[in-house]
Amino acid sequence: MTNELFQNMAQSIIDGDSEIALELAQQAVAQGIDPLEAISQGYVIGVNKVGEAFANGDAFLPELVMAGEAMKAAVAVLEPELARRGTERTMLGKVVLCTVEGDIHEIGKTLVGTMLSSAGFKVFDLGVDVPVMKVVEKVREVNADIVAMSALLTTTMVHQKDVIEALEDIGIRSKVKVMVGGAPVTKEWVKQIGADGYSEDAIGAIKVAKQLLGQ
Amino acid sequence: MLIPKLQMLDDDLVDQIISEAIAILENPGIRIHNQEALGLLASANAKVDFEAQVAHIPENIIRQALQTAPKEFTLFDLNGNAAVHYYGDKIHFDPGSGGLTIIDSQTERPRSPKTSDYIKFTKLVETLPQIDAQSTSFVCSDVVPEIGDLYRLYLALNYMTKPIITGAFRKDTWWTMKEMLSLVAGGDEALANKPTAVFDVCPSPPLLWSDFTCQNLIDCAHFLIPAQLISMPLAGATAPVTLAGAIVQHTAEDLSGVVIHQLAKAGAPIVWGGSPAIFDMREGSTPMGAVETWMISSAYVQIGKSLGLPTHAYMGMSDAKIIDAQCGLESMGSNFVAALSGANIISGCGMMDLESCLSYEKLVIDAEMIGMVKRFVKGIIVRDDPIALNLMLKSGHKGDFLTLAHTRKWFREEQYLPSDVIDRASFDGWKARGEKSTFERARDRVEKLIPTYQPNKLTDEQRRELREVTIHAANIFGMESLPALPPGA
Repeated sequence: MTNELFQNMAQSIIDGDSEIALELAQQAVAQGIDPLEAISQGYVIGVNKVGEAFANGDAFLPELVMAGEAMKAAVAVLEPELARRGTERTMLGKVVLCTVEGDIHEIGKTLVGTMLSSAGFKVFDLGVDVPVMKVVEKVREVNADIVAMSALLTTTMVHQKDVIEALEDIGIRSKVKVMVGGAPVTKEWVKQIGADGYSEDAIGAIKVAKQLLGQ
Repeated sequence: MLIPKLQMLDDDLVDQIISEAIAILENPGIRIHNQEALGLLASANAKVDFEAQVAHIPENIIRQALQTAPKEFTLFDLNGNAAVHYYGDKIHFDPGSGGLTIIDSQTERPRSPKTSDYIKFTKLVETLPQIDAQSTSFVCSDVVPEIGDLYRLYLALNYMTKPIITGAFRKDTWWTMKEMLSLVAGGDEALANKPTAVFDVCPSPPLLWSDFTCQNLIDCAHFLIPAQLISMPLAGATAPVTLAGAIVQHTAEDLSGVVIHQLAKAGAPIVWGGSPAIFDMREGSTPMGAVETWMISSAYVQIGKSLGLPTHAYMGMSDAKIIDAQCGLESMGSNFVAALSGANIISGCGMMDLESCLSYEKLVIDAEMIGMVKRFVKGIIVRDDPIALNLMLKSGHKGDFLTLAHTRKWFREEQYLPSDVIDRASFDGWKARGEKSTFERARDRVEKLIPTYQPNKLTDEQRRELREVTIHAANIFGMESLPALPPGA
C-alpha cells in the first residue's frame, strides 16, 4: 500500500503533475507516513529518473522544470508535518540565488534554483535585479554555503565581481562558495573574478554545487 | 492551413511537356529490347517494328494506361503494419542504394563493403525513426557479382522490419528475389495484398528499355509487386542539355514504362520515379548535388502528380568524398527541394560521391536533416483558438512559459528535437564535450544506436529457407558457401 503510494509519488514527478504530487503528499500526511520517507523513497526517485532521462537526451527542459515544480508543491505540504514531528530534512546545503543588479533575465536562474532544490539543496531565490548588498546580507543572514549569481549581459556580469568583493569586505568570503552562470560567463571569467565554480547548464549546476561542498 | 510546397512548372508548361513526350513515344518511338513487351504493345495496336525493336505508341494507349494505373498504394513492414503511403504529397525517406563503397569510420575514406557492413547499415536504418524504409544499400564485395542483387535482399530480410526499396540486376535473379519476399510474406498472394518491397526498374537513356529491366517491370506487374520507374536522363550527354528538354525525355521514358506495365497487368501499382542529373561539363560526371539536378527532379515529380501517379525521387545526396561542408549543403538543399515537391519516397540519405558511396555517419546526419525537413513541410499549425490571447493574458508579463503545462503539452510536436549530432551548446559546452566535429559526433551516435537495434520477427525456419534459396543461387554461379551471418539472425 505504502509502496504503491511511493510509486505514484515518483510518477507524479515524472509526469510533472503538481496537483497530483500535492494530493499524494496530503494523503501521506493523513496516513501518518513519515514525510522524510515520502520524499526520499517517493518523490526523489522521480526527480532522479527525470534527471537521468535529461542527461540521456530523452527528456527536455519543460519536463525538467515541471518535475521541479511538482517536487516543490509536494515538499510545501510535507514541510509543516516535518516541523510538527520535530524532524528535519537533511539538506545538501543552503544556496542564496539571484540574477545580479541591472539584469532582469530570469529563466536560467530559476531553472538552476529548481534543479538545486529538487536535488536537495535549500534554495533562497532572491529573484532578479538584486542589489549587491542585498545578496551579501542574505548570505550572512542564512549562513549560506553557496551564493549563486546569474547574469546574461556582459554589462551586468561585472556585478558578480562586485558581490565577491563585498563578501571579502565584510570578511565572509572564506565561508561561502561562489557559483556564477549565464551566457557570457566563461572559465576565464570565473578565474578572473575569483569565483569558485560555474556550470554550462542547470543540470550541471547540481554537480558543481555538490563538488564545491565536498559531496 | 497552408502546407509549404514547391512547383517548378506552370500548368501550360506541364501540358506542353506531356504532349511532347506523348508525341515522342509515337515518333521516333521507344526502343525495347524485350520480346514480351513488344508483343504486348503490338497486341494493343501500337505500331511495332520487331526487327528494329522499336515501338511507336499512340496517345490513346498511353491515356488508357494512365487510367488504369492506381493513384496510391501502401508498403507494409514485416509485421504487417502500413509504413509507406504512396499518395498525394506525403513524403517518406529511404537510403540511397546500389553503393559500391562505404566510408570507413576510422580512416574516413571509402573501401569495399562486406557482409558485416551491410548488416550494420541495415540495423542502423532500423534504429533511425526519421527514415521510413530500407534500401538494398550496397553491393557486397565478398560474394560473386552475379548474386550481388539477391544477396543484398537476403541480408536485408534477415535484419529489417521496415519495407524495402530494391531492384534486380538480371532477369533470373528477380525470380529468386520474388521467392524470398514471398517466403517472408507467406505466399505470393499475401505479398500482393501487403507488399513489403518496391523494385526499381531503370530505362536506359535515351528512350531504351533493356531486356532484363523491362522483364523485371513486366514480372512485377504480374505479381502485383510495386515497380518504380527510374528514368535517368543525363542533361547534356544522354538527354537534351536544357532542363525542360531533359524533363520531356524523362516524361517519355517513364510514360513508356507505365504503358508496358499496365498492358502486362492493368491496375498493378507503379511509381513515377527517376534519377536524372545534369552532365558536369568540366568533370564529365553526374552530380546529384547540382541545383539543376534538383530542378529536373522537382519538375518531373510535378509531372507525375499531374498525371495522378505516386512519385519517387533519388535526392538528398551529395557528391562530396568526405563528410564536409559540401556534403551537408548539397544534401540539405536537395532534401528540402524533394520534400517541398512532395515526392512520396525520397531515396538518397547516407549516400555521397556521385551516387556511389554510403556512409554510416552521413546516414545519421541525414536523419537529422530529414527530421528538420519533415517538420518544415508540416507547416505552422494552429493548436489553440485563440492562438495566444489567453496564454498572454496569463503569462504575458511573467515570462514563465517554460513552466506552463501548455509548453509541456506542445513542445515535442512544435519542435523537431535533434539528437546530439546537431550541436546547439554554448562554446564552452561544446568544448567540455570534447570539441567534436559533426563527423565525430555522428560516429559516436552510430555506435550508440547500433546496440539499440531490435531483431525482426522472422522464424528460424524462414531464416533457414532464405539461406537455402540464396545458397542455391550462389551455387549456380560457382560460389559454394555464403559468408556466415553473426548469431541472432
